[in-house]
Amino acid sequence: MWLLNSSVGRKVIMSVSGLALILFILFHMSMNLVAIISPDSYNLICEFLGANWYALVATAGLAALVVVHFVYAFILTLQNKKARGGQSYAYTAKPKGVEWASQNMFVLGVIVLLGMALHLYNFWAKMQLVEVMHMIGAHVNTDLATNGVYYIKETFSCPVYVVLYIVWLVALWFHLTHGFWSALQTLGWNNQVWFNRWRCIGNVITTLIILGFMAVVVYYFALSLCGGACCAAC
Amino acid sequence: MDKNISFNLKVWRQRGPKEKGMFVTYPMKDIPGDTSFLEMLDILNEELVNKGEEPIVFDHDCREGICGMCSLYVNGHPHGPATGATTCQLYMRRFKDGDTITVEPWRSAAFPVIRDLMVDRTAFDKIQQAGGYVSINTGGIPDANAIPIGKDVAEEAMDAAACIGCGACVAACKNGSAMLFVSAKVSQFALLPQGQAEAARRAKSMVAKMDELGFGNCTNTRACEAECPKCISISNIARLNREFVKAKLKD
Amino acid sequence: MAKISSEKLNSKIPEGPLAEKWTNYKAHQKLVNPANKRNLDIIVVGTGLAGASAAASLGAMGFNVLNFCIQDSPRRAHSIAAQGGINAAKNYQNDGDSVYRLFYDTIKGGDYRAREANVHRLAEVSGAIIDQCVAQGVPFAREYGGLLANRSFGGAQVSRTFYARGQTGQQLLLGAYSALNYQVNQGKVKLYTRYEMLDVVIIEGRARGIIARNLVTGKVERFAAHAVVIATGGYGNTYFLSTNAMGSNGSAALQCYRKGALFANPCFAQIHPTCIPVHGDKQSKLTLMSESLRNDGRIWVPKKLEDAKALQEGKKKASDIPDEDRDFYLERRYPAFGNLVPRDVASRAAKERCDKGFGVNNTGLAVFLDFKYAINRLGKEVVKQRYGNLFDMYEEITDVSPYEEPMMIFPAIHYTMGGIWVDYELQTSIPGLFAIGEANFSDHGANRLGASALMQGLADGYFVLPYTMQNYLSDQIQVKRFSTDAPEFVAAEKAVNDKIAKLMAIKGKRSVDSIHKELGHVMWEYVGMARTKESLETAIKKLAEVEKTFWSDLRIPGEANSLNIELEKALRLLDFIEIGKLMAYDALNREESCGGHFREEHQTEEGEAKRDDENFSYVACWRYTGEGNEPELLKEDLNYQYIKVQQRNYKN
Repeated sequence: MWLLNSSVGRKVIMSVSGLALILFILFHMSMNLVAIISPDSYNLICEFLGANWYALVATAGLAALVVVHFVYAFILTLQNKKARGGQSYAYTAKPKGVEWASQNMFVLGVIVLLGMALHLYNFWAKMQLVEVMHMIGAHVNTDLATNGVYYIKETFSCPVYVVLYIVWLVALWFHLTHGFWSALQTLGWNNQVWFNRWRCIGNVITTLIILGFMAVVVYYFALSLCGGACCAAC
Repeated sequence: MDKNISFNLKVWRQRGPKEKGMFVTYPMKDIPGDTSFLEMLDILNEELVNKGEEPIVFDHDCREGICGMCSLYVNGHPHGPATGATTCQLYMRRFKDGDTITVEPWRSAAFPVIRDLMVDRTAFDKIQQAGGYVSINTGGIPDANAIPIGKDVAEEAMDAAACIGCGACVAACKNGSAMLFVSAKVSQFALLPQGQAEAARRAKSMVAKMDELGFGNCTNTRACEAECPKCISISNIARLNREFVKAKLKD
Repeated sequence: MAKISSEKLNSKIPEGPLAEKWTNYKAHQKLVNPANKRNLDIIVVGTGLAGASAAASLGAMGFNVLNFCIQDSPRRAHSIAAQGGINAAKNYQNDGDSVYRLFYDTIKGGDYRAREANVHRLAEVSGAIIDQCVAQGVPFAREYGGLLANRSFGGAQVSRTFYARGQTGQQLLLGAYSALNYQVNQGKVKLYTRYEMLDVVIIEGRARGIIARNLVTGKVERFAAHAVVIATGGYGNTYFLSTNAMGSNGSAALQCYRKGALFANPCFAQIHPTCIPVHGDKQSKLTLMSESLRNDGRIWVPKKLEDAKALQEGKKKASDIPDEDRDFYLERRYPAFGNLVPRDVASRAAKERCDKGFGVNNTGLAVFLDFKYAINRLGKEVVKQRYGNLFDMYEEITDVSPYEEPMMIFPAIHYTMGGIWVDYELQTSIPGLFAIGEANFSDHGANRLGASALMQGLADGYFVLPYTMQNYLSDQIQVKRFSTDAPEFVAAEKAVNDKIAKLMAIKGKRSVDSIHKELGHVMWEYVGMARTKESLETAIKKLAEVEKTFWSDLRIPGEANSLNIELEKALRLLDFIEIGKLMAYDALNREESCGGHFREEHQTEEGEAKRDDENFSYVACWRYTGEGNEPELLKEDLNYQYIKVQQRNYKN
């Protein structure tokens, strides 16, 4: 199978899974913005995306994408290290025009993954997972399982989480600014004219996504400051 | 007029592919700025031979930037700090008095060191032999003007065909990938009507050979493009990807 | 005076009218059937335009080909560095070109010292070369309409040069290399890279193999075949400084000479007029600036000696000298061809000005090539489009921008028209041993026209040798593959090993390069652009001294049985010294001026070359007579039946 046993094929897997994940976070970001505009509507969405079969299937699909994206990143990185050979250069210099992100995609990816783990612990474990547990008969309290706004408020009133989330989002920004055009390049949808266009489009989309996510974090953090409430978890 | 400079030259010395190499530092005195980098090495080698020592082995031939033989990694750059130039086109006026200049061989698993700064690049020939040609024999060819080719297309093919096969792209790539080299050839032929008949077959067999020989996977860092002495564009890599994916989807 | 043999050479020129000779030859030659081709092995030494195209074509026909080169890849051969273009009589420009005109221009450009039948054949097949290359995917320059573009070159009044930017040689070589790769893929050609041929093996009078040294392991190995083809280029590096690559050498050709092949016209070396001048004693090579620059650049020196002096002392710049004080000496002397006179004429004219003290750089050995006028006429953008890469290259080397100040140029050794003598079939005087491309002497006479080297290399490799080779091999089909255990192989290998051991044992104090520079100096001073009886006699004496130094004072560090770059260079230098002597003998013998060979005793009152057709209308073929002996001269008379021999005239 060429997708698995050719270098371009493996890159296509990275590229397609990456693009799909970008689409997902674009959607996720739009949904989050609702939390600022109308917290009630946001909770409705949370309910809609709770432990329903379509949401579960989508979640499983997403999980698969993340696993594939990460596993292939790991395999490719190992192969590339091997291709580089045993001896490394004593003197290295960064060539002109090479983005910092492009040479550190794996490290950025690991940061993104860690941030995601935190995020799952903060939200998913308390919401969809609780519902699922409930469905399979575990004794859990589902009162707050669809109350996304409650968890947003709780999490982002804590400055430590706010900082962690911002670091995570910045890493994601770097990862995507390279990832976006790189994915299209790998699929072959690129040329000398479109190179700069894709990069520009990629930067705009990435920045919008990250700003959207950050807006929620900052908004609720500010709200918590104004409300004078202190983080219970701190 | 160019000034003379003195500097330390830190050179990688290695007896053979299996042997351990190390840096040896040679002080260089009063080298005129209009000396080329390789002429500077000639001067050093002359001194070494006069002392009865073995000269530093490095690949070089035409010394006008076209044969692709010279292959030195100078101060962290394949072919040194000049852009759009090979090592033989690098002149000492680019360096300053008192500098330490580090010279290493191309480093990549697919290019084992033969001795000192000389590496084995037969892997590139093998990739070309896998499909870097139009399958025609000599003779029985229609007139050269039988198929008109747009000037822009011919120019773009020429841009790709300008590759000198030096391996700087592999040396520069943190992944040891040969995609720029392979894509330049695939692009040249994919653009021209003469090469299109077997474009799919070519892309597949050249990529397969490249993978087999242990080159890495491209992650689009663009280091190859930045260091290429002939400024070959990564848009060729996009074209190779396109040709390859298209070919595989058709199968 | 050299010993002259009265032996007649058979150049095997076919019967019939000139234009039908090649057709007739092909119609009547003997062929080898496909089943037999499989059983015949051919060694091709060299992978330049001639070698690669020959190996690929012979492989495609079904022969087994063993192809050798000294570089790490066939693509590195020095053909790659040819910049300007390739001539072909396509008449795409509708400017009156024809096979006959290309033939005529080549003979005339060669100063009537080339064989008519060979040159006509070259012109005949020139068109097919372009077809072949286009089909291989060579990206030649094109017009907006999609058809091929042409430019003009020195020595022609039509526009017949095809080009791919300033990298025509590269693109043509990569085309031949791709054809070669196809045959390697098909299993018909086996490549031996980083191998250097050190001897040719002769069995019962026929070439049956070679001895070659693996340059990585240092091992000397034997290779057998039914025929051997030498495509190893020219010997310009005899002069140490030349436009040739560092590795270019004449050793393969010289081994053939030592085994009895005749060496023809060694003194015909081309001096290219547009090279970057020598700047210091550490310089390793001279960089050529393409002849195409003469299309739009105007060559000049100051009219006044005081201006020249000021330029030499750095007190004035070119731009300080007004137009009326500039001497456009080529336009002045040769109104009809102007800056596009053939290379030998342009080179000598530059030397003449510099000898008179009009040189323009600190050494007084340079003239200006000025683009001011072209920039005014065409605009900077157009000039940049045409010559941008050459200008950048010039600026990188000299730190001067040709857009601002004129280029400084001076002649340098570039190409050797002389080489191994071959007959019409490109076969040397040893049966089974062929020589093609620059390695043979055949097509350029005493001077080669620009853009004709690529044409000849590819003509020989694609369209001539694959035919004539069969005529030889047709009666070899009964000959079984040779074992390399034959006593001739054993002896040849031993001789090579002995020679290497002898070199290693000198253990003197001098590096190879230091002796090579000495050789180059002698050659340039005494066998250079202008030669005299005295200078050549001095050269012969001095060359003997260089040889003595070599054998007494050479130092090769390291071991013979491993990679040893100094040993490689020493083996080549030994042969360069021999070639130097041959050149001097030949130049001394040829008491006339023609093409690249200029004897000061033989010039017109205006300083033009004066040929002596009465006495020297022949190919001078030299036969080896043993170590330390003077070579013997054989003459192949040149009979011009279709061209009226006349004084070359580029004035009107």
